[in-house]
Amino acid sequence: MTRPAGASTAGTAGVPRSPSATGRNWRQVIRDQPLIPLIALLAVLVVVLEFASPGIVNANWLGTTLRSAIPLAILAACQTLAMLTGGIDLSVGAVASMAAYLIGTLSPSQGPLVAIVIAVAACAIAGLVNGVGIGVFKVHPLIMTLGMSLVVLGLMSVYQLAMVQQGVHIVDALRFVGSGISFGFLPNSLIVFVPIAVIIVVGLRRTGYGRLLFAIGDNPIAARLAGARVWQVHVALYMLSGILAAIAGMLLSGLNNTATVSLVEQQVLPSVAAAVIGGTSIMGGRGGYAGTIVGALILTVVTTLLNVLEMPEAVKQILFGVIIVVVAAAYTRVSGDS
Amino acid sequence: MTASSAALGSRRTVVTTALAFVRRNGWTVALVGLLVAFLAITKLLQPNYGPAGIQGLAISILPIGFAAVAQAIVVIAGGIDLSVGSIMALASVTSAVLMLNNDDLFGVGVVIFVLLLGLAVGAINGALVVVTKVPDIVVTLAMSFVWAGAALLILNTPGGGAAPWLMAIISGPLGSPWLPKALIVLAVIVAVVWIPLRRSTFGLAMYAIGSSPLAALRSGVPMARSKIVAYALTGFFSALGGLALTATGGVGAPVPGSYTLQSVAAIVLGGVSLAGGRGGVVGPIIAVIILALVRTDLFFAGVDPNWSTAVQGAILIGVVTFGSLVAMRKVRA
Amino acid sequence: MTVVAPELLLNATDVAKHYGAVVALRSASLAVRPGEVHALMGANGAGKSTLVKILTGGVRPDRGTILVRDRPFVARSPAEARRGGVVSVYQEPALIPDLDVRSNLRLTQSPIEATRHWLAELGLPELSLADLVRDLPLASLRIIDLARALAIEPDVLLLDEMTAALPANLTERVLEVVGRQRGTERSVIFISHRMIEIAAVCDRATVLREGETVGVVDVTAGSENRIVALMLGDIASDLPARVAAVAASANRPADVRPRLSARNLSVGTKLSDVSFDLFPGEVLGVVALEGQGQDELFDVLSGSERPSSGEVQVDGAAASFRHPADAIRAGLVYVPADRAEALLMQRSVRENIALPFSTRFGAWGPIDLRSEGQKVDAAIKTLQIDTRAASEVRRLSGGNQQKVTIARWVAGGIRTMLCFDPTRGIDIGTKQQIYALLRDLAAAGTAVLLYTSELKEIQLACDRAIVIFRGRIVAEIPVADADEPTLLRAAYDLKPDAVMPEELAAETMSAEAAGAEAAVADAAVGAVASQAGSGGTQ
Repeated sequence: MTRPAGASTAGTAGVPRSPSATGRNWRQVIRDQPLIPLIALLAVLVVVLEFASPGIVNANWLGTTLRSAIPLAILAACQTLAMLTGGIDLSVGAVASMAAYLIGTLSPSQGPLVAIVIAVAACAIAGLVNGVGIGVFKVHPLIMTLGMSLVVLGLMSVYQLAMVQQGVHIVDALRFVGSGISFGFLPNSLIVFVPIAVIIVVGLRRTGYGRLLFAIGDNPIAARLAGARVWQVHVALYMLSGILAAIAGMLLSGLNNTATVSLVEQQVLPSVAAAVIGGTSIMGGRGGYAGTIVGALILTVVTTLLNVLEMPEAVKQILFGVIIVVVAAAYTRVSGDS
Repeated sequence: MTASSAALGSRRTVVTTALAFVRRNGWTVALVGLLVAFLAITKLLQPNYGPAGIQGLAISILPIGFAAVAQAIVVIAGGIDLSVGSIMALASVTSAVLMLNNDDLFGVGVVIFVLLLGLAVGAINGALVVVTKVPDIVVTLAMSFVWAGAALLILNTPGGGAAPWLMAIISGPLGSPWLPKALIVLAVIVAVVWIPLRRSTFGLAMYAIGSSPLAALRSGVPMARSKIVAYALTGFFSALGGLALTATGGVGAPVPGSYTLQSVAAIVLGGVSLAGGRGGVVGPIIAVIILALVRTDLFFAGVDPNWSTAVQGAILIGVVTFGSLVAMRKVRA
Repeated sequence: MTVVAPELLLNATDVAKHYGAVVALRSASLAVRPGEVHALMGANGAGKSTLVKILTGGVRPDRGTILVRDRPFVARSPAEARRGGVVSVYQEPALIPDLDVRSNLRLTQSPIEATRHWLAELGLPELSLADLVRDLPLASLRIIDLARALAIEPDVLLLDEMTAALPANLTERVLEVVGRQRGTERSVIFISHRMIEIAAVCDRATVLREGETVGVVDVTAGSENRIVALMLGDIASDLPARVAAVAASANRPADVRPRLSARNLSVGTKLSDVSFDLFPGEVLGVVALEGQGQDELFDVLSGSERPSSGEVQVDGAAASFRHPADAIRAGLVYVPADRAEALLMQRSVRENIALPFSTRFGAWGPIDLRSEGQKVDAAIKTLQIDTRAASEVRRLSGGNQQKVTIARWVAGGIRTMLCFDPTRGIDIGTKQQIYALLRDLAAAGTAVLLYTSELKEIQLACDRAIVIFRGRIVAEIPVADADEPTLLRAAYDLKPDAVMPEELAAETMSAEAAGAEAAVADAAVGAVASQAGSGGTQ
């Protein structure tokens, strides 16, 4: 995973960096290239895992790790994009579950394609409402998306009652993409994930929209004075987030071979955690998606490690929490010079 | 002439004082109106609704009532605590495990211990926020994993037990059948802690750090200490919420449920600004009752109970949107 | 080190502070006697604000000793500074917006009666302590802050630009009260950009330049020039007479259409019936005292606010702006005075300059990095921006930051630029570059509307000037006649035969008991005169 370095510092071309102490340089590396220490952390975790259970790190392990990291990374994309603008999207769990459940219940009668279209459209509408609330009515993103998750969950519970005798049917294609592994180590979901990841990573740096996400998170007043219609950016952002959540929901229903109205709920907080670990500031204006992907991988490896060590679920949760605090604190220490 | 104009003047000052009160507490006044309206609707939908209904309502809102107060305190102080639900779970299982098969006196000790535990847990949250300088929302989100994990370690599935006296002090009415004990317990505890607190210098400091951290620092407010104490108080009230869970359910509940999110919804509805510095604890408690009444009314109206979650979410969004529309109009005028 | 002179109330010696590689204070000293009003002077970047932060517990020095009443003074917070005997009144009031005044006093454990007394002395006897702070005007807040500080009776009272946001009558009261501190046991450190205030109330002045104390001056008649000379150091103390000598308006063909026209613009009660034309290739100056409606005028023209009546015309056609984007599309770009409003502080210089390229919905797609780079580099070159710290704009100096806000528009090519006090708070070197740039832009056909609080700039950069007073245009002055006295009179809407404002002001400041009404007007005139003077010397 290479990262187009220096794209944001082209203005300095030809000007030598002022010399500074090594300590500062070290901090600078973490601040400007957070990927390096993150990947190092990931490598350390993999080594620890291998020590904990010799032989576990093999092709099959790689395949299953990637397979479970991918839906998390997609959900974390929603958080990354929202956090860059200073927002957050807590409705991804309910929205992704909605996509999974709608497809599961509609595909027998409507056919898989129509079901998927309906599901994605429903998620986009939920995102649209989020975006309008946040962008036009200036509702706090935390509250708006929280309320939206309640609304979606509630509506789906009602819908569930109507569908109770029907049962869910997981579309074969979703099962293939969501849970299949090719060549022994490549999860099929990479077909979906790689384009998404490339578009987001490159898009954040090299599209006007990507620049605007950073701009709004850094200083919405400045963005407005420079001519940006901030509400448009928000509406597009949360719609995009809804669609990404729908994709994650589909992959997860394929992976788990099931669909319920709360299928993805447990992944909401980890998705925020992945973005935070990946170096995206929840205050906006700073971060990127490459780090988030590594963050999702780290969380997945940690989960495996804890399973291998036969830690109870409780200990897993505690460690999760501790990791988030420690990593976030490290970022703050490194980047905050004020 | 002069006398009448003086009378007019004094009447005018009465009116202006009243107006000023309404203006300053406008949101709370509106909430009371809304509460009355919903009570009326309830009575219309279910003419039999009476003391029993009120008591059931009071007991059902007790845990979330404490959670809302907990959240209100930290948000007023400029923070937010996403681990309220987890602390409640921790307090609930701790109390349930310790109270099971022990005598009353021991039970009292358990309550005190759990409240101190809440204070300590909250103080840890606050200290982490202060020391790491990581945004509150991230720290408390992470700590919600930690406290929920700790709760699971203590009790894997609902279990334990509640001291009979604990269950007794919140069930049934006191004096009039219209006065449920649960509501009195909530009111008394909140009043005993909140009223002296709000009037103290520390209470002012809490509003100060929420309203303007820079001005607070320059006013000589001990920033770190105030923030940590605010979080500790949030932990304290979350622990009360956890005890209420044990008392109302009779067992310890190790899974947090949606109390954190509900508490945020309640304080926003209750007029506490998420930006900090504004609001109180009365509004959030009224908001909790209103939200519970909505559920009751939907039930009485024959609506499928599954709708209630959606309606709650819609109310939250609607109220907040309305509030920000009002604010926007004010800015424009 | 030297033996501390016992008669000093506050004695700071050899104080140094650096942030990373940037030296903010090299070696500053400050010696304040008891009963003295002591001015702390220095151009922007001289280290004045760092020294203030050290004295108020905002930052800790790397080196140096500070003694207050011969006791070591160590302050890690404003609270500790206060316990050490130093209380300060900041530019932004240290009052909690969501508490009422009384609660604010209780919070700081300030004596309420004494505060009331000082409030009355300072001209706010009517103030109700039950008022919520956020409902009060800024001027009242500053007075409350000062009254509270006086009530605490600190050894050293530090006033940082105390009079900046005050109306004339309150300024007068403040200066009078500060003057009364002379000869007491306590001292005042007084920071102001208004030379006339320094002359009126200060005994001595310590001057900082480039992080060092370069002189201590006894304030007497005529010492202003010496202070300014010390502040400026080697930099030429007077600005070039005129960056570009030819006034475009003089030889404009009669049939040239105005680029921008205001027709009877009104905004509420703030701006009434304002009409003017701005032609291509000219710099039109706007002169006004604080708060005469110029903010609203620029807000309307830049699309941030809509006029309550009247019309804006661009190239002769009526234009209606609902959003800054509309104004930008019509070719009107806006440079605000407050850089924090315009910049993405955590982002790079490049992203800041390129920001307007991607704001349109149609520009959300891929960026042509090469063409963007060329435009940005060209703008950086035109503006001579120092890009050594280009990865984050917040690490640039104030002057460089201001250049970035202008470069943003230069990079895309501009037709009409609205500059609201673009040289506020930046050093003289950068100011000169900005004047030169404005002239260059005008020479290339750009129309520039320039509001400036420094009257000197009008003759340096403008072709003509309009003067706004109480929301109306009261004068239009060609550049040849736009010297400071003329502009000042016009800004006050004074008759041509009125007394010269400087004289007026000087008289008031020296005379203790002037008639209340006259004092009001005069102090205000003095304020403006000193504002005009602070840009450079005559």
